[in-house]
Order: sequence, then C-alpha cells, then structure tokens
Amino acid sequence: MARYESLLDACGGTPLVGLPRLSPTVPDGAPPVRLWAKLEDRNPTGSIKDRPALYMVREAEESGRLRPGDTILEPTSGNTGISLAMVAKLRGYRLVCVMPENVSSERVQLLRMYGAEIIFSPAAGGSNQAVATAKQISAEHPDWVMLFQYGNPANVRAHYETTGPELLHDLPTITHFVAGLGTTGTLMGTGRYLREKVESIEIVAAEPRYGELVYGLRNIDEGYVPELYDASVLSRRFSVGTRDAVLRTRQLVEVEGIFAGFSSGAILHAALAVAHEAVRAGRRADVAFVIADGGWKYLSTGAYGGTLAEAEDALDGQLWA
Amino acid sequence: MAIEVRVPTILRNYTGGQKIVEGSGDTLSALLDDLDAKHSGLKGRLITPEGGLHRFVNVYVNDEDVRFLGALDAKLADGDSITILPAVAGGALGFAAAAALLGPSNRPAAALEQPEGPPSDRPAAALNWPEGTSF
Repeated sequence: MARYESLLDACGGTPLVGLPRLSPTVPDGAPPVRLWAKLEDRNPTGSIKDRPALYMVREAEESGRLRPGDTILEPTSGNTGISLAMVAKLRGYRLVCVMPENVSSERVQLLRMYGAEIIFSPAAGGSNQAVATAKQISAEHPDWVMLFQYGNPANVRAHYETTGPELLHDLPTITHFVAGLGTTGTLMGTGRYLREKVESIEIVAAEPRYGELVYGLRNIDEGYVPELYDASVLSRRFSVGTRDAVLRTRQLVEVEGIFAGFSSGAILHAALAVAHEAVRAGRRADVAFVIADGGWKYLSTGAYGGTLAEAEDALDGQLWA
Repeated sequence: MAIEVRVPTILRNYTGGQKIVEGSGDTLSALLDDLDAKHSGLKGRLITPEGGLHRFVNVYVNDEDVRFLGALDAKLADGDSITILPAVAGGALGFAAAAALLGPSNRPAAALEQPEGPPSDRPAAALNWPEGTSF
C-alpha cells in the first residue's frame, strides 16, 4: 500500500489483474493468450474519468482559464460529472452540470452529494430542448468555464502520461489494448503512448451500440465525432450491442468476481474477439482492457438480473456506457 | 443467401419504413449500388459527392467498423450482417448541448440547426476554447 497527500494524489496507479478463467484456452504447445483487466473503478470516485477530470482542471488552472471561486459548466450525465464534482470541491470551484432529466437517480444523488448543482433539460424535448436550455444558460452566465471533455487535449494527455505508462510498466509484453470509445480520450492517449513504445501493438475500440432512441437525430448532419478522435491511432473498432455488453458484464462478475458497469462488458466483448482470433492464428497475445467503472451506479436499471432479453429491454434507450 | 442490412430510423424513409433490407455485392461499394437500385436515394445519404463515406455515417460489417476493413472496398460475403448508424458518440443530448454552449463559431462539427444570432447572443467568447490546440 502507498500513502498520498490527498485524494487527488491517489488518482491513477490502478491494478492490472489477470483473468485466468475468462482467457481462452489454447491447444497444447500453442503460445499463451491472456486477458488482463485494468481496474479503473479503483480511482477516487470510482471511474476512469477521474484521470481526465483532474488533468483538465489542472490545465485550466495553469493556463489561467480557471481562477479560484470560478464556476465550471459541463453538459454531462455520467462519470465525468461525478469526477469533476469531486475535483471542483477539493480545488474550490463550483460545478454546474446540464443533463437530461431522465438519468438514473444514483447519478443525481452522487453529483449532489459532491456538491454539484444540476440544471435539467427536459427529456421530452430531445436534443432541440437541450440546445435551447444550454443556450439560455450560457447567455445568462457568460463567465462560466466549460472544460468540454470531447475536445480538450488534457483529456488525451491524462491517458498519455498516466494510463499508458502504467500499462506498459505492468505488462511489458502487451500486444493489444482495448477500451471504450466515448470522448475517445482513453484510446487516443493510451493508444498513442503504446504505439510509440510497442512495435505492432493493436489499439482496439469498443463502441456501445444503444437502442434506437439514442440515435434519434433528424438527419445525418446532426451527427457528431469528438474533436479528439484520430482514426489513425486505432487498429480496429467494434460496435457492441446492449445484449452482448450485458452478457459480458455478467460473466465478469460470475466468472472472475469483477463487478463492473455495462461499458466494461462491451469492452470485454471486443477483447474476447481479438483474443480468440489470436488463438485461431496461433499467436501469443496479452490483451489488456479497461474496467471503466463499477456496477453500483447501474443497479437500479435491474439489468444485472433476469434474462438477457429483459436486461436489454431495461436498458433500451438508456446511455449505459 | 444475401447480405442483411440494418437501416437506422432516419434513413427508413428510403426503405419504405423497413428496418432490415437485403442486398448483394462482394464489396461494400457494390452492395450500396445494389441497395440504391431498390431504394433510390439511399446511397446518396451515405456517400459524399467526393465518393467517400459520409463523416457522420458509421457502417459496421459483422459489428466491425468498415473504415478499418477497407471502407467502400471492404470485402463482403453472403451471410454478412451490415449495420448503418449515424455517428453519435455517447449520446446526442450531451453533444447538442455542448455544441450550443460552444457557440456557432467554434462548435463541434455537427451542423445543428440554429439561427445565427448577433454576436452578443453567442456564448463562444465566454467559453474561450483554445483553438488549434493539439495534443
């Protein structure tokens, strides 16, 4: 065990654990194919987002964009909000989150517990209403600072400087890195670092495929690719549906004792795909993947019990990653 | 045998409301030609005038992004399953809000339909996102 000056200093340095039961078996004499999970739920607020939140706030402080007592505004309904709320509390900022009103009660409770204020945008109005709400807020409060995780290079740098080096230190024989694709920060930062250090490493993205409601744009031109995304960092990109994500999330806890959120199940699904390909090709593989957060915040979905079809229904239309 | 293609809600006006259609072709390009013959106009929503895949369209062959498999030249076989999806990373609501907050001058690439207000209505200056910063 180590000791730290404060909770913020305890960010990162998460364990990498082998998954001997979920790793595929290889024929006698064939090179080993092993799965390794990086337990990012062991961060201060329980998710990988503590890393970019801390880096984004520090960068904004150093550049003078954020001054003591300032208000941070971030449209987020998930882990980034919770991480920012903790960092903001400890560094002396006020955090305002804009989120749709149909998010899980755990998230709202957690954010409020950490001292964040929440402005809800009506779910019924869809993205039009969210735009209207956001425009109204920004017009009323021109002095609020938005860190904007989807375009903030400090998000990528957090992973380039911490997640990547930690992985290489703990697993010098790494052949594949698999993570979720949201802001793309984890894959861009860790991926770039590992590509510089490990010859022919594969950087693999697992992208959640939600229910149809989430894709309810009016036209294709309303789509969005985060500014941080650089496809040349990736080797492959998998789309993982809700059912596969739930199945793998359950396997994680049932077979290896790891209680994770559904995005981690999606990531494991992609990790298993590349692991089994390595077995078929007779190649050695050390596949490291990310456990992005624990399952606690998703218990109220009910998707950890019942049949897979019931779980799929329970998560339909939700942003489960 | 044929190739099954899942069509997102916003493109189903080209398929008579059908969620799943069938086509054939030994590459993605050939498949899209075949589909366009049956569902006129569909291809034009997926391919840019320059001939590449639309930036905000993702196509997956058996759950894998076709851009990493040769894009329009990706090889297809009977029994493959194709999924077409608009690009929305992490949920459209958050991004729409972010786009609005960043303002029309430096918002994310999405072309959101919003009236161009006078400069005083724009929040961009307050948010002061450093342009041109790269990792």
